[in-house]
Amino acid sequence: MTLDFSTLLPYTDELVMGLLVTVMITVAATLLGIAAACALVWFKLNGATPLRVMIQTYIELLRNTPFIVQLFFIFFGLPALGVTLAAWQAALIAMTLNLAAYSTEILRAGVEAIPRGQFEAARVLGLSRRQTWRHVVLVPAMRNIYPALTNQCIIVMLGSAVISQISVNDLTWVANFIASRNFRNFEAYLVVTLIYLALAVGMRQLFRLAGWYWLGGRQGRAL
Amino acid sequence: MSLVRVDALHKSFGNNEVLKGIDLSIEAGEVVSIIGRSGSGKSTLLRCLNQLESHDSGVIEINGRTLDATTMTPARLSEEVGMVFQNFNLFPHKTVGENVMLAPMVVRGERERDAARRARKELERVGLAEKFDAWPEQLSGGQQQRVAIARALALSPRVLLCDEITSALDPELVGDVLRVLEQLASEGMTLILVTHEMGFARDVGNRVVFMHQGRIHEQGDAKTLLSEPQTPELQQFISAVL
Amino acid sequence: MTDFTLWDIVRNLLLAMRWTVALSLIAFAGGGLVGLALTVLRLSPAAWVRRLVALYIELFQGTPLLMQLFLAYFGVAALGVDISAWTAATIALVLFTSAFLCDIWHGCVRAIPVGQWQAARVLGLDRLRTLRHVVLPQALRIAIAPTVGFSVQVIKGTALASVIGFAELTRTGTMLNNATFQPFTIFAFVALGYFLLCYPLSLYARYLEKRLNVAGSR
Ligand SMILES: Nc1ncnc2c1ncn2[C@@H]1O[C@H](COP(=O)(O)OP(=O)(O)O)[C@@H](O)[C@H]1O
Ligand SMILES: [Mg+2]
Repeated sequence: MTLDFSTLLPYTDELVMGLLVTVMITVAATLLGIAAACALVWFKLNGATPLRVMIQTYIELLRNTPFIVQLFFIFFGLPALGVTLAAWQAALIAMTLNLAAYSTEILRAGVEAIPRGQFEAARVLGLSRRQTWRHVVLVPAMRNIYPALTNQCIIVMLGSAVISQISVNDLTWVANFIASRNFRNFEAYLVVTLIYLALAVGMRQLFRLAGWYWLGGRQGRAL
Repeated sequence: MSLVRVDALHKSFGNNEVLKGIDLSIEAGEVVSIIGRSGSGKSTLLRCLNQLESHDSGVIEINGRTLDATTMTPARLSEEVGMVFQNFNLFPHKTVGENVMLAPMVVRGERERDAARRARKELERVGLAEKFDAWPEQLSGGQQQRVAIARALALSPRVLLCDEITSALDPELVGDVLRVLEQLASEGMTLILVTHEMGFARDVGNRVVFMHQGRIHEQGDAKTLLSEPQTPELQQFISAVL
Repeated sequence: MTDFTLWDIVRNLLLAMRWTVALSLIAFAGGGLVGLALTVLRLSPAAWVRRLVALYIELFQGTPLLMQLFLAYFGVAALGVDISAWTAATIALVLFTSAFLCDIWHGCVRAIPVGQWQAARVLGLDRLRTLRHVVLPQALRIAIAPTVGFSVQVIKGTALASVIGFAELTRTGTMLNNATFQPFTIFAFVALGYFLLCYPLSLYARYLEKRLNVAGSR
């Protein structure tokens, strides 16, 4: 077997476009998913019982079924209910829902790891529950679970390879496209795999830097 | 009128009746030390006074207002009662200054500049003006506890509750914290402290309350009570701690 | 529209679920064996061995499982060997599982206090004996819960074998959908199938973790 990567050169533009699609949809899903998780975990810990049961059901459903099935259900299944979505919309929704489910559990663990004394100190200073949450709980909870949370974002990015299956023109779709054109399947997939690897490593470094700056940086002085 | 009035206060945890009818009144400017064996209900009494625990029956009045969850929000209560904990409970993600400024800004809506000025003043009062920008974990235990005091003072409470606030400290750091309390007492602050520092209770305190098995077993003027305890339980307790 | 009854759909999905279960079991067993070997290698005194294992883990954790499946499928084919979707899926999932299990188990081994190693050392145990008699038994105790938890990821991972054409649960769902055009019902049932496999394992993992925490705080 000989590997010939030169056949990929004509497809540089497509690869860049695919990379952009993967990056953009990951960024959007990350922002939306974590914002949703912050809200969900608040309601899960403070909401009325029926609401808490609903949130827990949602979390269990998403955590115990494959992403690709969730994606198919949203893209192929929902139109039967009259909800028709563009492929990228279905993909973004599926990724957001998925990340939100995992992040809610991660965040909950982070909040529960905060010592009771912190809540009591906030209370005797007169902070309301909401104020306690925002000023006393959220940042330390984030710091507790930052590695797990950012890792989950990377997992969602890698999992997004599957959205090519509903014809979102992401990196994997481009790999399939190239393979179908030049029949150098292995080279195409190898190169795209390495791009994903670079993305994952890059995201980790970026998160580390951001974490050091936002979370550790302010408190990381004693390191 | 008493600043703090407690009447027939009862509190149980499940089947465990921890407070079995407490009557107590405390005047403005008084320094009251609560002593007693571990498990006698001292912390629970203190925590009922600022509703960290809700009581089962009885009445608590602070400054003439009855405490119950519906009328007294944490925000409203914090204007009357401040509290310092045994293990400090500083917010680790906020600097010393930010710890002190947080409640005035968030609860009272003070502007940052005013809150900062106030925070510096309170930190100066506890001898830590230069630690404004430090982080809690960079401070010794004694310094952290003084920051916690400054944080409570920044809300100008009428009463300050202190639950064994020197118990988690290395012995050589206890003095710094006690000196701050002594100074507060001399400025007329009303203090209710659970403490094992008998010397402090005698020399700085006006009154000592001895709790035993969920009741106030004996109370009276600090010097008299500690030198001439009346009940055998208090005699035994004093000889055990001295 | 079609002559598929609801029962036909369910029956076909149930039959296909056998393949999902089979693939999961093989991936988990094979991945466990490879992962155990890798875990021991990762504790090797030779730095280059440890680094190599770390690189292996990084490669599998840093790339999409879907790509790993494509590479197994087309990579072996490019070598001139004919390969079935079943074989390719098995290879990819075994390697994928081994990398993650190695990472989990290595973390458990590292959680054993260094004093345990030293105590064994002064008692005269060599490295392998220390591992076998002192460290691994303790590590095993804390490894069970996350290992069971990861089995859920393996089952969900097998769904991607559908993309290279292996007719497990998801693939069968897609094919049934092409024949019947009832996507809502079919994918709901497919999801239910996975849920029935995964949820008990999730619950069990959580139970084990709780039990360990209680026992640990004694
Ligand atoms: N949150 C709680 N839940 C159940 N029991 C409690 C709680 N807090 C205190 N207790 C019990 O109440 C009793 C008195 O406790 P406490 O007020 O802390 O005593 P002290 O501060 O005098 O040592 C103890 O028996 C303790 O176990
Ligand atoms: Mg106590």
